[in-house]
Amino acid sequence: MKAKRMLKLFAVLFAMTLTAAACGSGDSTSTTTSECGSDLAVAAGESVTDLSVALVAPSAKDDVAFTQSMVDSLTRLGIEPQITDGTFVVEEAAAAIRGYAEDGIDIIVAHGTQYGGSLAEIAPDFPETSFIWGTSADNQGIANVFAYYPEADQGGYVNGLIAASIAGADGIGVVGPVEAGDAVAYIEGFTLGAEAGGSSTSIVYTGSFSDVALATTTAEAHAANGVAVLTGTSQSAVGAVNVATANDLPWFGTQSNTEAWSSDLTVASQVYHWDVVLADMIEKIEGGTLGGEAMALTLENGGLVMEFNGCYDLDSSVKSDAEAAIEDIIAGEIATK
Amino acid sequence: MSQFFTVSVLVATLATAIKFAVPYLLAALGETIGQRSGVLNLGVDGIMLLGAFGGYYTVIQTGSHLQGILVGLGIGLAIGIVYAYVTVFLHAQQGISGIGIFLFGLGFSDLLFQELVGTPKPIRPLPTLDKLPGVGGIFEPLVDIDIVGPLLFDHNLMTYMAFLLVPATTWLLMKTTFGMNVRAVGENPQAADSLGVSVAKTRLIAILIGSSLAGIAGATLSLQLAIFQHNLTNGIGFIAVALVYFGAWRPRWVMAGALLYGLVTATRIRWQSLDIIPQGASDIAAMAPAIITILALVLLASRVRGPAALTRPFSRH
Repeated sequence: MKAKRMLKLFAVLFAMTLTAAACGSGDSTSTTTSECGSDLAVAAGESVTDLSVALVAPSAKDDVAFTQSMVDSLTRLGIEPQITDGTFVVEEAAAAIRGYAEDGIDIIVAHGTQYGGSLAEIAPDFPETSFIWGTSADNQGIANVFAYYPEADQGGYVNGLIAASIAGADGIGVVGPVEAGDAVAYIEGFTLGAEAGGSSTSIVYTGSFSDVALATTTAEAHAANGVAVLTGTSQSAVGAVNVATANDLPWFGTQSNTEAWSSDLTVASQVYHWDVVLADMIEKIEGGTLGGEAMALTLENGGLVMEFNGCYDLDSSVKSDAEAAIEDIIAGEIATK
Repeated sequence: MSQFFTVSVLVATLATAIKFAVPYLLAALGETIGQRSGVLNLGVDGIMLLGAFGGYYTVIQTGSHLQGILVGLGIGLAIGIVYAYVTVFLHAQQGISGIGIFLFGLGFSDLLFQELVGTPKPIRPLPTLDKLPGVGGIFEPLVDIDIVGPLLFDHNLMTYMAFLLVPATTWLLMKTTFGMNVRAVGENPQAADSLGVSVAKTRLIAILIGSSLAGIAGATLSLQLAIFQHNLTNGIGFIAVALVYFGAWRPRWVMAGALLYGLVTATRIRWQSLDIIPQGASDIAAMAPAIITILALVLLASRVRGPAALTRPFSRH
């Protein structure tokens, strides 16, 4: 009888081990692999706070880039914020931020580096309101401002390393927006990764975050030059993705998962999970600390997640190398900048 | 630098310049007609945005590029009626009215996009000649011809339409009674009126043609890029207005300006992609097309004279 019970216990443990192994599919907390054809919509999580939250962001809330990454992150935290998006004009954003503060919103997320100057004026006028602002590694020394920024070079390195295995000597075309912020970090990390993998990058900054026509023309120039892979960042990158699709070139995304733009040719995306730092900030806000700190998204804290496209047939050894590189980056054994 | 001066790179750069120039050319030709009648329309960019969304959304719904272009035209026509009513019949200040049209187009196109589409969805781009359904095979050998093929035959139909509109616009303005009336009301509306020319009617038609072309330009842009998003035009309409001045209100020079703008843009992108322009200088390089256009305007401004009655409302009283 005892032996039978032991056998049952062993069987249950064995099944649990198998299930855990199957569910993991080799993915760590900093990597995921989408199921091909699955819905990319982010599921709402359990709400982490009862405080009211508003979001002010420069581009559209579903831009498959910078702004959507924040909306998705708030959704994961179970937060339905009031949203003012499309505020490329800083004065409009400033008016929205001040308006939310006057309305008594508890937490205002100002999702744009360019809003920093406005926040320096507005935040001191509303000491009871917490402002969460990024991307910036500095909260400007304001007591009720939290700052956030992504170490985008880390995922950039991983993307570059994978891209090099596909591109080889043909090289990789990079469509950059403005030579600033997380775009530069991503592209610099990507270049280091590509070089480590034995390939090279050709980088063009269009000078605009939103000019789709320029991004398209730039990607076409890269394709005409014979590159084998394309990558890019900002909401204008949708134009480059279309060129990748037209020329059957693999694409690497960043900020949000770009499978929505190119379900077959997106190999991997570095996705910003702002919720990791937002959760910390909200906990502090509920404890009475309204700001005074800058927090980073990294591969280590799970704020940067490499999302592999299940529809793209990536060689398993390349994926293993990428996962090993992630471990090395986390361990500090690979420099990404 | 030597890698730029190869036949294949030069041809590809010129072909890109031609493609890039198309929306600018369409919008600028329309604005040329309007300005020759004495009406400045700073709302071109807003009309283009509405046309771009209309064309894009129509293709999502119907899959038809032709319908997309026609919807762009229709939207341009509708906005043109509003603009003509405000500026020609209510005698409103043209600059301010145009800015109003631009702001309306910017906001309303984005609102429609958010409500009806949301996440940008790529559509099928306008096909080049060799990919035209049914007849593409005829053009395939032409596209494969060295140098000439990529330059002349690897484009979509709207490209040919845009460049054919250059002589057509010249003919309209210089060889027809309507064109003579347009020039007359743009130079001296009182004199034209005294000779029995209806200034209001002439300006109305000129505005409608210009707005329709702006709508078509917007639809062409979104169908060429196969996408729409907030502020897709990124100021193309304003550059088109500048190109009219650059081209001294003459269609062939307007075309030259559009091609020059496209060529400078294509060249600077190609130079960056070939590492001829060093990293760190991208911001300066991005300004090159605008700087060259401004320089050309400065040089031309003292040599040419625009329509004497440009921006001046006409009233018999």
